[in-house]
Amino acid sequence: MAVQDIAKVEPELKDVSRLAARGVTVGYGGRAVIDDLDVVIPPGVITTIIGPNGCGKSTLLRTLSRLLKPTKGTVVLDGEDIVKLKTKTVAKKLGLLPQAPVAPEGLTVADLVARGRHPHQTWLQQWSSDDAAVVERALAMTGVSDLADRPVDALSGGQRQRVWISMTLAQGTDLLLLDEPTTYLDLAHAIDVIDLVDDLHESGCTVVMVLHDLNLATRYSDNLIVMRAGSILAQGHPRDVITAELLHEAFGLRARVIDDPVSGRPLIVPIGRTHSENSENSDQQNLG
Amino acid sequence: MSETAAKRTAAPGVRLGFASFVWRPWMVSVTLLLAAATFLVFCLSIGVGDFPIGLPQVVATIFGRGERVDEFVIMDLRMPRALAGLIVGIALGVSGAITQSIARNPLASPDILGITGGASAMAVFLVTVSGGVAAAIVGSVGLSAAALAGGLGTGLLVYFLAWRRGIEGLRLILIGVSVSAVMEAITVWLLVTADIRDVARSQAWLIGSLDNRSWGEVWTALWCTLALMAIVAYAAFHLGPMHFGDEVAAGLGVPYARVRAVLLLCAVLLAGVAVSAAGPVPFVALVAPQVALRLTRCPAPPLVASGLVGALLLIGADLVARTALPISLPVGVVTAAIGGPFLVYLLVRANLKKS
Repeated sequence: MAVQDIAKVEPELKDVSRLAARGVTVGYGGRAVIDDLDVVIPPGVITTIIGPNGCGKSTLLRTLSRLLKPTKGTVVLDGEDIVKLKTKTVAKKLGLLPQAPVAPEGLTVADLVARGRHPHQTWLQQWSSDDAAVVERALAMTGVSDLADRPVDALSGGQRQRVWISMTLAQGTDLLLLDEPTTYLDLAHAIDVIDLVDDLHESGCTVVMVLHDLNLATRYSDNLIVMRAGSILAQGHPRDVITAELLHEAFGLRARVIDDPVSGRPLIVPIGRTHSENSENSDQQNLG
Repeated sequence: MSETAAKRTAAPGVRLGFASFVWRPWMVSVTLLLAAATFLVFCLSIGVGDFPIGLPQVVATIFGRGERVDEFVIMDLRMPRALAGLIVGIALGVSGAITQSIARNPLASPDILGITGGASAMAVFLVTVSGGVAAAIVGSVGLSAAALAGGLGTGLLVYFLAWRRGIEGLRLILIGVSVSAVMEAITVWLLVTADIRDVARSQAWLIGSLDNRSWGEVWTALWCTLALMAIVAYAAFHLGPMHFGDEVAAGLGVPYARVRAVLLLCAVLLAGVAVSAAGPVPFVALVAPQVALRLTRCPAPPLVASGLVGALLLIGADLVARTALPISLPVGVVTAAIGGPFLVYLLVRANLKKS
């Protein structure tokens, strides 16, 4: 059943990668959240950062996107120190969706997505026919064209998240950084949004995201970055990385890792303190 | 909504030479209507008085084709008052729109952020404390400029107190309200301990008024306002993404800390110009952006329309203040009478939304 395709991460990543952190230390008010961290984001795949609460995964994403300035080390975007680039230059190369963004009340979907063109506009050129075309394409790709005239606050959580991703897409970058795009969504809507992210990856985008849900992370990403206490514990394909030992080390979580019957990727089954049957039986059930 | 049934997903654009903008017909028509209404009330305000002048004569005189008598009454006596109303109204409206946009909160306004309170406290202090230093300050820079400095100082104090790795709307408002309360307490304390003649003199600084404006004051206010408006117009290009908060704005390539500092400083200065020209006129800066926002159906306060509504409100309120009762009231009394209930309405509406 399990498809044993080999999706090895490129050996010479440093030559092809567009985004990397070198010896980065980031902190709030003197306390280092991330300490001397190195990471290279492989191009063309979905990279997901996972780790326990407070391990610095959002901080890492925010540092990679230039929202936070490292106290030591550099983030390199296309061969240049990201801190030295102009905000606008970064915005033309890298699309960023922060956690749970809020739109002003009454703003329509079309107007929100149109804001994605901001880095390409100037005071005099505030709206061109190119902008209109890109926005229409972004609306169509995320399946929200029909909602274009609706106010964003009248949409469901899943639709709203699609709209925000659509805005990031209208920015026209092939590097997308998403901070917990599935927060506050039920499982069906979460899958819907992540499927959309996967579509974008298929169309050629490099995606870096932070996810809380470990099973969604292993299911949808080709490269996992597992963090604990401000440093990287493991990185690589979910099949190589996700083991019961690692989960215990990173999260202090007792879990079993089995093959996901749908994707053949690792599936994490937490054990917990109650409701667990004899381990042999549960294996039988899962496989049968 | 039915007229938008035609399949349109992205907004249409409009091209003017090599510049291009999003075409928003509703917003443009409402703004033009507001401009026309403002001009009408402006002319009306000039016509009304002990020596009434008809609307056609007023318009003719403004465009330089009036009679000698009308020209004297209008240009020398009434124009400064009406122009001061126009400028102060626009300055307050735009200042309020900027503050509300940046705080992302409809309750934010220069009134609440301590600027007007600080200006009043400083003016009353200089009027009531008859000491060497106070007299020297008033003598050298004038009371208006000193009040302006007091307002700006208070505004900056609020900004720095509210700063914690960025400006968050609610914290800005809470600190602004607290600082305003302190300024008000200082003002009351000064008035209670002051000589009764000084209290009468400081009255103009406690409630805004357009009485006895001179051309000199109007010109100063006009040039300051125009210069600030030019900066605002330039920086306002980045205001759209700023409505989504700092992080999204940064993601969209906006240097948000710089833009916010520039725009907030402009808002504080505009409010300061208004205070130094007419005293603390309450509530116009709070109400005008919210009215403009509802009229233009924009999700965030539109700058131009807010300025026009501010002017309309201020000149209209001044007209009411002069004509409604047998005695002439300061304009601030009328704007407070309109603004108070409107603030309650906003709060009640916000509460209903939350529950």
